[in-house]
Amino acid sequence: MTLITKFLGASAALALTAGAALADPALVYDLGGKFDKSFNEAAYNGAEAWAAETGGSYRDIELQSEAQREQALRRFAEAGFNPVVTTGFSMSSPIASVAPDYPDTKFVTIDGFVDPEEHPNVLSILFSEHEGSYLVGMMAAMASETGTVSFVGGMDVPLIRKFACGYAQGAKAANPDIEVISNMTGTTPAAWNDPVKGSELASAQISQGSDVIFAAAGGTGIGVLQTAADQDILSIGVDSNQNALHPGQVLTSMLKRVDVAVQDAMTAGADLETGVTVLGLAENGVDYAMDENNADLVSEDMVAALDAAREQIVSGEVTVHDYSSDDSCPALSF
Amino acid sequence: MDKMPAWADAVLVPLISILLAAILSALVILAIGENPVEAFNLMVEGALMRSAGWGYTLYYTTNFIFTGLCAAVAFHAKMFNIGGEGQAMIGGLGVALVCLFIPFPHWTVALLVAIVAAGAFGALWALIPAYLQAKRGSHIVITTIMFNFIASAVLNYVLVNLLRPQGAMDPATARFPEATQLPTFQDMFATADNPLFRGSPANVTFFLAVLACVAFWFLMWRTRLGYEIRAFGHSESAVKYAGISPVRITIVAMLISGGLAGMMALNTTMGEAERLVMNATEGAGFIGIAVALMGRSHPVGIFLAALLFGFLYQGGAELALWTNIPRELITVIQALVILFTGALDNMVRMPLERLFVALGRKDA
Repeated sequence: MTLITKFLGASAALALTAGAALADPALVYDLGGKFDKSFNEAAYNGAEAWAAETGGSYRDIELQSEAQREQALRRFAEAGFNPVVTTGFSMSSPIASVAPDYPDTKFVTIDGFVDPEEHPNVLSILFSEHEGSYLVGMMAAMASETGTVSFVGGMDVPLIRKFACGYAQGAKAANPDIEVISNMTGTTPAAWNDPVKGSELASAQISQGSDVIFAAAGGTGIGVLQTAADQDILSIGVDSNQNALHPGQVLTSMLKRVDVAVQDAMTAGADLETGVTVLGLAENGVDYAMDENNADLVSEDMVAALDAAREQIVSGEVTVHDYSSDDSCPALSF
Repeated sequence: MDKMPAWADAVLVPLISILLAAILSALVILAIGENPVEAFNLMVEGALMRSAGWGYTLYYTTNFIFTGLCAAVAFHAKMFNIGGEGQAMIGGLGVALVCLFIPFPHWTVALLVAIVAAGAFGALWALIPAYLQAKRGSHIVITTIMFNFIASAVLNYVLVNLLRPQGAMDPATARFPEATQLPTFQDMFATADNPLFRGSPANVTFFLAVLACVAFWFLMWRTRLGYEIRAFGHSESAVKYAGISPVRITIVAMLISGGLAGMMALNTTMGEAERLVMNATEGAGFIGIAVALMGRSHPVGIFLAALLFGFLYQGGAELALWTNIPRELITVIQALVILFTGALDNMVRMPLERLFVALGRKDA
């Protein structure tokens, strides 16, 4: 009995200290880790931008295991953090089981989808990666001199095939005769963080004639970009702006504005509007990066062609096929 | 007296090892500018002072008991089964298949069938390395570790191409039907005005793990098969002389070992996630080796070591939540404990042994 009293006393004390943190936002990174130079780091940058702008503070956690997904959500919700922002599609299922227990807390799943009918306190943010990949695919085909471009994916999941499929469609739209090579790094989550294997895949693709490589592979992409720079061909970064990693040798980066999504969610705070948001070209949710590092690589013709394509996609004149809609790709076979 | 007493071997050596690991961890935490005392309090507070914390600690403990027993069976036969990870993955596949495709009326029936499925799948995955070791002399360490990678690839193929619901991103199966979901501690112990174990994943498989400890003890020290396995571990030639087939013992020991690893999946798939995810095992297969080493391959020791690692895992999660200690460092702390209790065992044992010998002489 005394033991139980002790438990209750401890949790009461915890609840009291937690009250102080009321309505601060919390951020949960996926297993890739906070500083992956890519997807999760974009989320981190968004949170930092929010903190710098508002002077507010937030708490974040890098997950270590599957069981921690629900645990982190519950602990943050119990401690009064609101909203609880999460990155990565693997968080959607834990959110679906936790959200009903904390109806006053808003949960955000970036890249994941939770049914808004069943869970009114969840915001699902999805990106039209295929549209952004389409644009960088066009640019890759126009920059290629060998007539072969390639793609290195991280873990072989539908999300990454969506990138690859958009990229291949874009490349073929710019040059119908282009050859597109595609490789996935692996079939386990380790594939998100294996720069050595990324480098090997890049070398193999270069030996097959590729001279522009698009890496959508989290931390693995660092190795791809490095090898491309070493062998003096072009590469394309992903999620964050990676142009500065190898100035003058990264053609562009396919931006996925996870940072903006996180910043917006934190700014909205507890009054966050829930539901489903799809951020595509029209919403500036995906884009390609232009800065001083790649200004010499991208010709005016390319920019003009890409701008035209962007308008066509936004207006609906051109639709880019979304791999995840039917698990198939017209431009590339896996 | 030329040996130290049994109690010193079983209690003092691990305690000193843990203490050394703790001191080193404290220095590491100090070095990055955090307060080690505060960190330790946070771990105890989060893992042992709240019922939900216990729920997580016991959840991890359940995993480590199964994989610890898995490694221990093989140790008794002087084999190093590093394949617990892969065997547990395939065990999880067995659980998922029966849960998804057999319409169970009640969780008790589902659990019984799932135990058989998990054990059988895990055991079958261990059978191939066992056969290769027994008949072809391929070293079990090499084959089992390679089978971990094969298991991971098989599981990925099955999840991505066969079991994943249409349109889902996550390489995971659909949620298991309601009737197969195991009661958690919350379901069992919480009352309306006393919400114990809220949202924590510990479930009935914890009791199954305790039962497995008892069964393990009975098998190893009270049956002929257990005797044969232990005898085989001590001397293969003696076993041959006694008319026991080394091939049979190798294969049977590995089947039991694999079956125990497979049963770990009951906890992670049926108990916690209620679906099969890609990395449901999260390294428990490897932690099991450290647990078995630390627990001296005895069920009581394994239970206590599993509890310690459960505490480290849950405490580590609390550190990640409420401090700025990066997760890589939490892994370092966990690794230090493994290093000291598993790999550097003799560093503590030998001086201690000498000390006891010296003391013994003085007494005499």
